Formats: sequence, C-alpha cells, structure tokens
Amino acid sequence: MSAADAAPPLVEARQATRILPETVPVTLVEDIDLAIGRGELVAITGPSGSGKSSLLYLLGLLDTPTAGEILFEGRPTHEFDKDTRAAIRLSGIGFVFQFHFLLPEFTVIGNVMVPMRRLGRWTPAEIEARAAAILESLGLGDHMRKRPDQLSGGQRQRVAVARALANDPPLILADEPTGSLDSRASEQVFEILERIAADGAKSVVAVTHDMEMAGRMHRRIHLVDGRVVSDEARVGA
Amino acid sequence: MRLLLEIAYTHIMGRGRQTLVSIAGVTLGVGFAIAMAALMQGSQAEFVGTLIDAMPHVQVTDEQRTPPVQPAERVFEAVAFHGLRPEDDIRGILNPTAAVARLRAWVPGTLSAGLALQGVARYGGSERAVQIMGIEPRDALRVSQIGEDMVAGRFEELDAAGFSVVIGDRLARRLSAEIGDGIRLTTATGVARQFKVVGLFHTGVVSSDESLVYVRLKSAQVLAARQNAVNDIRIRLGDPDSARLIAARTEEMLGYKSVSWQEANEDLLEAFQIRNVIMYTVVAAILVVAGFGIFNIVSIITHEKSRDIAILKSLGFRERDIRFIFLAEGTLMGLSGSLLGAALGFALTRFMSGIEFNVAQATEVTHLPVTYNALHYVIAASLAVGSAGIAGYLPARKASRGNPVDIIRGAT
Repeated sequence: MSAADAAPPLVEARQATRILPETVPVTLVEDIDLAIGRGELVAITGPSGSGKSSLLYLLGLLDTPTAGEILFEGRPTHEFDKDTRAAIRLSGIGFVFQFHFLLPEFTVIGNVMVPMRRLGRWTPAEIEARAAAILESLGLGDHMRKRPDQLSGGQRQRVAVARALANDPPLILADEPTGSLDSRASEQVFEILERIAADGAKSVVAVTHDMEMAGRMHRRIHLVDGRVVSDEARVGA
Repeated sequence: MRLLLEIAYTHIMGRGRQTLVSIAGVTLGVGFAIAMAALMQGSQAEFVGTLIDAMPHVQVTDEQRTPPVQPAERVFEAVAFHGLRPEDDIRGILNPTAAVARLRAWVPGTLSAGLALQGVARYGGSERAVQIMGIEPRDALRVSQIGEDMVAGRFEELDAAGFSVVIGDRLARRLSAEIGDGIRLTTATGVARQFKVVGLFHTGVVSSDESLVYVRLKSAQVLAARQNAVNDIRIRLGDPDSARLIAARTEEMLGYKSVSWQEANEDLLEAFQIRNVIMYTVVAAILVVAGFGIFNIVSIITHEKSRDIAILKSLGFRERDIRFIFLAEGTLMGLSGSLLGAALGFALTRFMSGIEFNVAQATEVTHLPVTYNALHYVIAASLAVGSAGIAGYLPARKASRGNPVDIIRGAT
C-alpha cells in the first residue's frame, strides 16, 4: 500500500445529518456517508430541495451537522471552534457560488487578492503576482483593473473561480457555478473546473442541475430528500 | 489589519453623503463641546484668578471656630454655658509680634499683619460705611496685588504722610473725592481723624472698590484706640493651591481661625463643580446623539453588506474580523469627526475670545474669557470616538454573528 493510499480522504461525511430547528424541524440532509479524495471532480445532483447545497455547506465547514460528523483531511471538524473552521476555509477550501459574489468596491485583481491578503502567507508583491497569474490562466489578463460591474456574467464567475483558487486550496466547492450563465460561459467555467482537478492535487465538488455537465465529471452523487441515493463513478474516469 | 481597514473604508466611502452627515454630527458635537468647555473653564479660571489676586490666600483673624472653654466649665461639668461675655471684651490676636514671627519661620510665602475696623468715611456731604484696613504698606504690597491695582497715586505713599489713606476708585466717585482731598474716617468707638487721599485702586471686585480703605497700621491702631493691636494676618503663598493645608497648620499653631481662599469661597467653588458636571453631561449627551447618527449608518451598511459579510466568512474571515471592519467604520467616522471637531472647537474658541464687550463703568475693553486646554480636546474626542465605537460595535456584533449559509441561501 502506497503512502497516497494511506492518506485520509480530503473531506469525509460520516452519518452527517442537518436538521433546521424550526417549529416543525426541517431535515436538510440525513445520514450522509461519503468521502472525497484528492483529484476528484465530483458532481452532486438531485431535484430542488434535495439537500445538494446543504451538503456542500457542510463539506465546506460553513455549516455544522446536527448529528454525525465531517472530517477534513482526516480531522473531525466538530471539535474545532469557529476560528479554526474559518482558518481551514481560508487555506483549505475555495467556494464558488451560483452568483459571483465579488466585492463590488474592489477591482478584479483586488478581489482575487483578498483571500491571500487575509492569509498573509505571501508578500504584497507575491500576492499581486500570484493573483495576476491566476487571472491570466483563466483568460482574464486584460480585465484585472476593472471593477466587477464592468465584466460579463461569465467573466465575473471566472473571477470568482480565480478567487477560490487564490490560496491554492486542495478543495474547491462550487454551488451551481454555471447556473446563471449562458451555455458558452458555462462551458468555459466547466472547462476551468475540469482543469483544476486534472493535476490530481485539487478536488472539485460541484452542485449542478446540468445533467450533461454532471455526466462529464468523474463521479456523480445523487441526492433525493436529503439522502444519497446513488454515488457512481463515470465509466472510464 | 490593513485589508480590514481597506474594506471598512470602501464601505463608508460607498455611502458618501450619509457618512458626511454622520461625521458632521460628530464634528459639531465635538466643536461645540470644546468651545463650551473653553468658555466655562475660562470664566471659572478668570474668576478664581481674580479671587486669588484680590484675596489673601490665608487669612488669620482673631476669631475662634469654637468658643474657648470657660473657667466655670472646668468646675461644673454638667452645666452648659451660653452667651458668656467677658467684662472687658478686648479682641485681637494675642502677642501678634510673636505670632507673626512663628509663622514667618515656616510659611512658604509672605505675611502681613493688620488691623481691620469698621467705620464710616465722610467727605463733603457724602458718607459711606467702609472697612478700614490698617497695614504696613510694604508688607501689604507683598501679600496682595494692590500695587498693581493702583490707578492713581502710589500705595507706598501711605508711608510718606502721617494720616494718609488709599481708597477704591468707586468709593472715590461716591464721595466725589480725589487725590489730595482729606476724608474723615470715624470708627465705631467714636474716634475720628482726617486722612489725606494719596492713592486710588481698582481691583475689579466691586465690594472692595466701593468700601475698602487702606491706612497705615499705626493709624488704624489710633482709630481703634488700641496700641499694638492686630486682628488680621494675611498670608500670600507661592502655591495658592496649598492654602488649605497652610491654613489648617496655622490654625493648629495659633489657635485662631485661619481661612484659606478656598474655604472662604467654598459655595462658589462647589457651584463651579456642579456647573462642570452639568456641562460635561450636556457634552456627553450631544456626543451620544451624534453616536446615534453613526449607529444608523453602520446599521444600514451592515444590512446592505450582509451578502459580503457571508462571502467574507466563506473565504475564511473570522467573526472578529467582521466585527473589526464595522467597529472600524464607526471609529473612523468618530475619529474624522473628532479631528474636524477639534479644529472647529479651536476656531470657535478663537472667535469667542476675540469678541469685545464695552461694559458700562469699566475703563478697559472686556473679552470673553476662554481657556485653551488640551484636556478639553482629549475628553471631547474620547467621548466622541467612544460613542462612535459603541455605535459601530452594536451592529458589528450582530453582523458578525449572522449565519453565512442563511444569507447565501437568501441571496441565491
């Protein structure tokens, strides 16, 4: 058994359940067991209200399970305080949402630099160079000094992907990243996500309604009523 | 931290007009607070300064705070004596020369022994009740500002002529007397003498200028028909604030009532303290109201930026980072308002100090008394920044505790 085989999954859900404590409690996800390894490109599919986004937020440590647990790189996260969870999100997880959610007061490069500046791992010059390189690689080299409102929807979403990649996290979580884009822009964003997972160092987990896109991913996890009903690897992946 | 401050700055600049209104509120609050404090303390300082200049810092009189123990009381313990009066009621400080010598040995200031009498001044058809102060002119010049208060003649001339007098300018006007005129001073014992006016003074204290007259100690003793009598020792200290301590020690040593200038004006000084409490309460209220403006705008910003807050949290910002951003917004507005307010306060103070008043019966032009005190600026700015900080903190705390998932779900 190689060292890589012995390494724990990047993120893992064990009997994870999330119930909203409303007057009538609402179960978002229930008894989820799954593990995401490095280099995986995973689609989470399911009908509306099936708990796809809720699962993503649990995996991304934005939310905490009511029962069960989430492990990140083998460490049970329920033991962590809010600051530690925030620190893991900062360096270990990149989020891309359906809408770009860029900071409107900052330029494109400014937005990409935000996570790096918060992390403080690099010098200001290195941060700017890294941000520029990421934007160049995503075809946004000519738009670095623009503000988000000067970009098209597809370009903004690519900036959001660039921001998610800023701190070089091993896990990218995308919540319907192409949901608000036209087909051409969707294709561009999807290709980028494919490229991210291609080197084997990073994993991408994307919630999507687009079955064609889901079919092109390495693995597809299908949810119905908050439960995993299928977890299949693509043939040939 | 720079990133957090940058985000805070972009937020408040994004709402330029409301930010300016909030800062203007703090500016006005701080500016008027400083100007008001400058005026209040200025008037107090001028008043106290006048008191200190015009009054002895410690005054020893021939009175005692408690009646002396009567011989009969020592014999009849259970009996209380009331209204006892010696057959021969001779007042005055016992052995004044020795008393003054003992004081001179340790008091850090100058002393003047004198005899104070009540009397009447007559000149022509006018007469006024006066307090006759018998002094040694050279000593009196050392313990009071009387030399500087002279508006005609010289105080030292009391020494030159035999029965000479220096009177207040208001008294001179009332009596229609001038330098060189002879006024008649009569005491309660009926002794009367003609005194030549050799000088006029103006202290600015109406009661003194209208009813105080200075004569040589020997002349006063002649008027009182009491050789070598002294009933008033005045002390001027290098440090007027030590007067209470010196007065207490003097009283303990001599047994006579020794009153510091603070004790003599206790009611007035208490009134000043109450006035200051009222002033700072009003100032604090003004700045708290200004804080409401900041609370309002930071609340609006946190509401508007709830999505950004959620995103920042998803990026790995901690709750305290979010709190810091909005706290910084309130504090930045408070600081800006304080700086501008300090400038406004200084300008207002300068303006007020330049306003001239031509008061009736006063020869000199009067200005509003103001004080430039860094403490006023520090207090006003601290209150403003504190108020702004709290105003920013309350919505900041709420914003930082929000669940990002709820906001992201709502936004999508």
